[in-house]
Amino acid sequence: MSHGKNFSRRDFIKISSIFLAGSAAMTTATGHAFSGADDKVGDEGSRVVYSFCEHCFWRCGIAAHVRDGKVYKITGSEHHPLSQGKLCPRGTGGTGLLYDPDRLAHPLIRETKGGRQFYRKASWDEAISLVAEKLWNIKEENGPGALAMLNHGYGVSFFKNMLSQIGVNKIAKPSYDLCCGPARQASVLTYGYPSDTPEGFDIKNSKYMMFFGTHFGENMHNTAVQEISDGIRNGAKIVVFDPRFSTLAGKAEHWLPIRPGTDIAMMQGLMHVLITENLYDKSFVEAHTVGFAELRDSVMEMTPEKAAEITEIPADAIRTIAREYAYHAPAAFVHSGRRTNWYGDALQRIRAIHILNALVGNFWMPGGVVAFKKFPLVQPPAAHEHPAYEKEAYSKYPFFPQDEPSNTITSHEIIEDTIAGKIKGLLIYGVNLPETMTLGRDKAIEAMKKAEFVVAVDVLPAEVTGYADVVLPECTYLERYDDLDNGRAFRTPFVALRQPAVPPMYDSRPGNEIAKMITEKWGIHGAFPPSVEKGLDRKLRLVGSSLEEIKKKGVLVMPETDLYRKPGEPLNLKTPSGKVELASAQLKAAGFDAVPKYAPQPEAPAGFYRMLTGRKPMLTFGRTANNRFLGDLATAKENEVWVSDRIAEKHSLQNGEYVRLKNQNGVVSEFPVKVKVTQRIRTDAVYMVHGFGHSSAKLTWAYKRGASHNQLISRTDIDPAMGGVGFQNNFVTFIKEAQA
Amino acid sequence: MVIDTRVCVACSACVYACKQENNVPEGYCRDWVVQETGGEYPKLTMENRSERCQHCDNAPCVTYCPTRASHYAEDGTVQINRSICTGCKACLAACPYDARFVNPEGFADKCSLCQHRIKQGLETACVSICPTGSLNLVDFNNIDQKTKQLLSGKVVYRQKEHAGTEPNLRWISASNKPGA
Repeated sequence: MSHGKNFSRRDFIKISSIFLAGSAAMTTATGHAFSGADDKVGDEGSRVVYSFCEHCFWRCGIAAHVRDGKVYKITGSEHHPLSQGKLCPRGTGGTGLLYDPDRLAHPLIRETKGGRQFYRKASWDEAISLVAEKLWNIKEENGPGALAMLNHGYGVSFFKNMLSQIGVNKIAKPSYDLCCGPARQASVLTYGYPSDTPEGFDIKNSKYMMFFGTHFGENMHNTAVQEISDGIRNGAKIVVFDPRFSTLAGKAEHWLPIRPGTDIAMMQGLMHVLITENLYDKSFVEAHTVGFAELRDSVMEMTPEKAAEITEIPADAIRTIAREYAYHAPAAFVHSGRRTNWYGDALQRIRAIHILNALVGNFWMPGGVVAFKKFPLVQPPAAHEHPAYEKEAYSKYPFFPQDEPSNTITSHEIIEDTIAGKIKGLLIYGVNLPETMTLGRDKAIEAMKKAEFVVAVDVLPAEVTGYADVVLPECTYLERYDDLDNGRAFRTPFVALRQPAVPPMYDSRPGNEIAKMITEKWGIHGAFPPSVEKGLDRKLRLVGSSLEEIKKKGVLVMPETDLYRKPGEPLNLKTPSGKVELASAQLKAAGFDAVPKYAPQPEAPAGFYRMLTGRKPMLTFGRTANNRFLGDLATAKENEVWVSDRIAEKHSLQNGEYVRLKNQNGVVSEFPVKVKVTQRIRTDAVYMVHGFGHSSAKLTWAYKRGASHNQLISRTDIDPAMGGVGFQNNFVTFIKEAQA
Repeated sequence: MVIDTRVCVACSACVYACKQENNVPEGYCRDWVVQETGGEYPKLTMENRSERCQHCDNAPCVTYCPTRASHYAEDGTVQINRSICTGCKACLAACPYDARFVNPEGFADKCSLCQHRIKQGLETACVSICPTGSLNLVDFNNIDQKTKQLLSGKVVYRQKEHAGTEPNLRWISASNKPGA
């Protein structure tokens, strides 16, 4: 095997279609080729397999309906607390992934002949041998710190175990950097425990819910959407701060089209009113918080008039909302949202949200902030038990988590360290790196080209697979067991099973087998149970159940827990003070602001508009981009750039016309995007859904549909405290198609 | 059916569930969602709603069907007998709600109100999947307490009542204030 150094500069390879599932799937009934549907109506002759979804991180329970060896329908599991029989489109659309004709069908190995790089089909044994040898050699020559894994998805636990066998624990979840990291760490700093999924808000019992930017309904977080609906039916009022009239804003009593990047000023303004008008919960603040005086002093100058000037929301509206919020408290909250990293100041912004909650005394109160519990499963040994680990976390950021074995470094540090040559081997599990908002597309590609060895484990020929030395085709979540899921906290703690509804198609294999094969090639035996089923059964027997039992309903559910605090009881939080920390001595000691303070963000250059992003309810970025079943609706086929009617007039843009976008660094979108002229957005911003504009021609559905948001990220703002990546300081203008 | 637009988020779960349940061909759907915005910035309003065949009591599609393929079933729903449908499209032209399409296999197609599921005592695919609980299956000849409560004190409308079709879908308007 003479790979290695030859490939330190690697080119993108278009995977030949003969290695993809292609023609096999096309032979199913005309018209239903990608949906899994057969010609029968009704459920006669079928069986139901309960599992959980992988189309987003929420991990709802699903019921896969199987007949004649095919999944013909997926509905919400009636047993699973997060779905309660209901399901969002993406859950139903699992069949579109399972029967995607573009699926990776065989292991692939990069070869060079006559200066040309290409992939050739390999046997599993050959591909696994090569991966095992390359990873081992890099570890031997450079130490375990020269290997790293980027991961997204629930099948990763087996690869983590595999890497831990040789002392590698440099593992990053890009979702920490760009999505939930700030919320997690802000919760740790303020309450002493990390935030969870579903987020800790007692939505269904709330009377007044405030949202900053988060767009429930467009992000179909099933349980949260169910509870918001319950709230609306029960008469709850919704307040939405968003530069865009989102679907959630459409349900709001007050929609405040806030100037992007000024949220902290708004939050300080609300705190100012709560404090100066004596609307805050004095007894809670005195008994259960620290740092009130410092907080009070810090918001004194942020009068509603000053906040109005910054945020472009009238001072009267700020006063009204603060008063209404206090009136409905404690059954009122400000939601911390999801995909919280916008400007590199998200840790402080989410801290400001937690402070707004604490001020009205809604902590662990009905309709306020709550801490859902997890099912107490016996956990595997912690990461630091391996002697070769240098440390538990490798991130240089002071408030990066030290307690999360699946996330020990930021993904942008992995990209930077790979470009710098410190990391030489990359295992990329389920992350389409060129389209993941980490440091933008160019840096991701640079890192993959620089690495000595890249192995990608994936289901589809996403862009990332074109940069790998070896591509290992994993089967989909509907064809495999994964680890038990007790990672979700909710009203009724639960543990859920992922089990195969059908056997793996083509020459794809489950992650648990792939990881075990590599580990055994290293000569390490016994790291994995004899079979994945036996391993799951063993874990379940420790809690008095069994694999056989959990297979029936896909979930074990505990009774509802008490979420609310009792009068007079101390909170005993795991913060340094044991209380809710309005001002954080930890942040101050590390040289950061102890209380959140607004700082202005850069302005758009003339003729440019701030690029905002979000979701469509039927899509989850890369996971669903190539899903023909989900893509079938007109609203799902492409992304659009939302442009204010006033801005459209200025640039002579017509609704429905196609333009290319150009960012402040001169990057022009590879593909044109449709203009949506609308009143639903401010004049200083445009909006486009992330996850479109794919450049891999082997994603035959996603290819060239819409424009890539990721491609237009040239500037990132890293949160100096927790290491998250903000990317909303990118600005675009329009290039008419004829001029492009 | 009573459709509560106060909670609908136009996610299209109902559309995909229907497509899967009823083997609706690619490129077609039997139900669909509408997101309607009104007003002037920044005073905007929005209504999201799921729409489908209204199973009218006085259905023009039945009246104008030359072969009697479109007919009233015993339970009052409007159904299509595929074996005698010629795909002539008279019903498509007659329907004021644009609820029908011609299936590529040559017959008129539309929402059956999941007749096969109702017969088994199940709810329709769209109703049973809806995460917001916006869709409520209701027998208007026999309105239960829960439905009375749902409708009570709220602005509820039917579409194109002037057409005299006596439609059986009712929408709770998004204009209802919280707690109405």
